[in-house]
Amino acid sequence: MDVGIVGYGVYLPKYRIKVEEIARVWGDNAENIKKSLIIHEKTVPSLDEDTATIAVECARNAINHSQIDPQNIGAIYVGSESHPYIVKSTATIVAAATSAAPDLTAADYEFACKAGTAAIQATMGLVKSKMIRYGLAIGADTSQGKPGDILEYTASSGGGAYLIGRENLIAKILDTYSYTTDTPDFWRRENQEFPSHGSRFTGQPAYFKHVIAAAKGIMKRNDLTSDDFDYIVLHQPNGKFPLKVAKILDFDKEKIEKGLITPYIGNTYSGATLLGLAQILDEAVAGEKILAVSYGSGAGSDAFIIEVTEENEKKRNKKPLKDYINQKEYLDYALYAKFKGKIKGVNLERP
Amino acid sequence: MSKGVAVHWRLIPQRYNLIGTECKGCGQKFFPPRQLCPNCRRSGNITEITFSGEGKIYSYTLIHVPSEGLGFMKPYAIGIIRLDEGPLLTAQIVDCKPEDLAIGKRVNSVFRKVIVDGDSGIIRYGYKFKLTE
Ligand SMILES: [Zn+2]
Repeated sequence: MDVGIVGYGVYLPKYRIKVEEIARVWGDNAENIKKSLIIHEKTVPSLDEDTATIAVECARNAINHSQIDPQNIGAIYVGSESHPYIVKSTATIVAAATSAAPDLTAADYEFACKAGTAAIQATMGLVKSKMIRYGLAIGADTSQGKPGDILEYTASSGGGAYLIGRENLIAKILDTYSYTTDTPDFWRRENQEFPSHGSRFTGQPAYFKHVIAAAKGIMKRNDLTSDDFDYIVLHQPNGKFPLKVAKILDFDKEKIEKGLITPYIGNTYSGATLLGLAQILDEAVAGEKILAVSYGSGAGSDAFIIEVTEENEKKRNKKPLKDYINQKEYLDYALYAKFKGKIKGVNLERP
Repeated sequence: MSKGVAVHWRLIPQRYNLIGTECKGCGQKFFPPRQLCPNCRRSGNITEITFSGEGKIYSYTLIHVPSEGLGFMKPYAIGIIRLDEGPLLTAQIVDCKPEDLAIGKRVNSVFRKVIVDGDSGIIRYGYKFKLTE
C-alpha cells in the first residue's frame, strides 16, 4: 500500500533583514559572513506572528492544495522549538483554525529542527496502519538568535505543512529511516531566552555525522545511489553545510541547489527541510526522485525517499514558496530588534 | 489575567474561521452570526456558513493612539472590510504601509495574534486582513 503526500503548504513572514545590516551593528565583516555561511538575508516575523499563526497559515495552504475535507484529518502534529505556550498545545489551535477539530488526535512535537519530519513519520505510521485517513504534519518556528551571536545571521521564521494519506498522492514516500544519538551540540534550558551551542562542536560530530549517516543508511537499504535521485534536500542551518554534504555523498551541485533556500530566507529551523522540499515539489514532474534528510540537534536525522507522481503536475500548488520568498519588506536592525522583542526593558506582551 | 477567557473561547469559530450565518429564506448573510433574520423574522431559515475571507476595503483609518495591548503596532490600520459574500466587518489590516492603503483595494483574511493577555494570560488569536498581492 502506498503512503505519501496528498498536499503541502508553506508560509513565510513578509519582513526581512540583510546580513549587511546585522553586521553593521556588531562590527562584523558582512562579506566574510556571507561567504562563509552563504546567507544573504533572513525572514523576520511581524509583531503579531508566532509559531501558531505560521503553522495555521501553512496548514490552511496544505488543505487547500489537497482539496480534502479537513474533517477527514485524523491527526495533527506540530513540530517546533518555539511553541507559544509551554503548556497548551499549538496543534489544538491549528485543528480549530483549519476546521479539522474535534474528531482527531493532536500533539506538539519537539526535536530541535527535525520535529516536523518526526511528525511526518508518525502520521505515515497512522495512515499506513489505517488508524486514520489523513494526517497533517507541520514544522514551524520563530527561532531566536542571541544578539551578536553568529546564529543571529541565520535564525529565521517560517513553516511547512504536509498532508499525509494513501490516495491521490502528489508524491509517494517510498521509505523513511532515522539515525539518532545523544549529542549535546545545541540546547536551551527552561526559562532561558536564547539557546546555547557547542560552537565548533555543531559541525562535524553533529550535523555532518547524522545527516550523512541517515542519507547513506536509507540509500543502502534501498539499494540506491546518488545517481538514482534527481534532487537532494537537507536541513540547512546555513547555505554552506548542505553543499558540503551533497559533495561528500557524491550528488551533483544542481541536485542540491534547487531546494537550497536558506541563503534567501535564513534557517527556519523546523521549517527548513520541509520548505526546501516544497521548493522542489513546486516544479517537480512525475517520476522524479527526491532524497530528503532533516537534522535536529541533540541529535538525529530523518531521511525520506520521495517519488513524484503525475498528480503533482495536475494539481500544482497555487501558493508556491517562490511567491512568499519574493514578497518582502526590509527592516533595519532597530525595527528588527523591536519585532523580535530584543530591546532591553521592553516587554512585547505588555505594550 | 483570565478575564474574558470564556467569551474568547465561545467566539473561537468566528474569530478563527469567519463562521457566520445565512438566511436560506432571503439569502442574506451575517457576520457576526445572527440567529434571527431581520427580513424574514420567524419565517427565516438560519444556517451556518464559513466566509471565504476575501473582500475589499470599504473604509479605513490609521490609529495613532492605540487600544490597550496594541501599543507596539502603532500606527496601525483598522479597516471596514466588505466581504465578497456581503457583510461588513471591522478588522486590523496588517503587513502594509499606510500609503499602500486605499478604499476598494482587495484584501484577504490572515490568522494572527490579536491580543496577548500580559506575560501569563492566554494568547487570543483571530482574523486580521492583509492586502491581496
Ligand atoms: Zn431572511
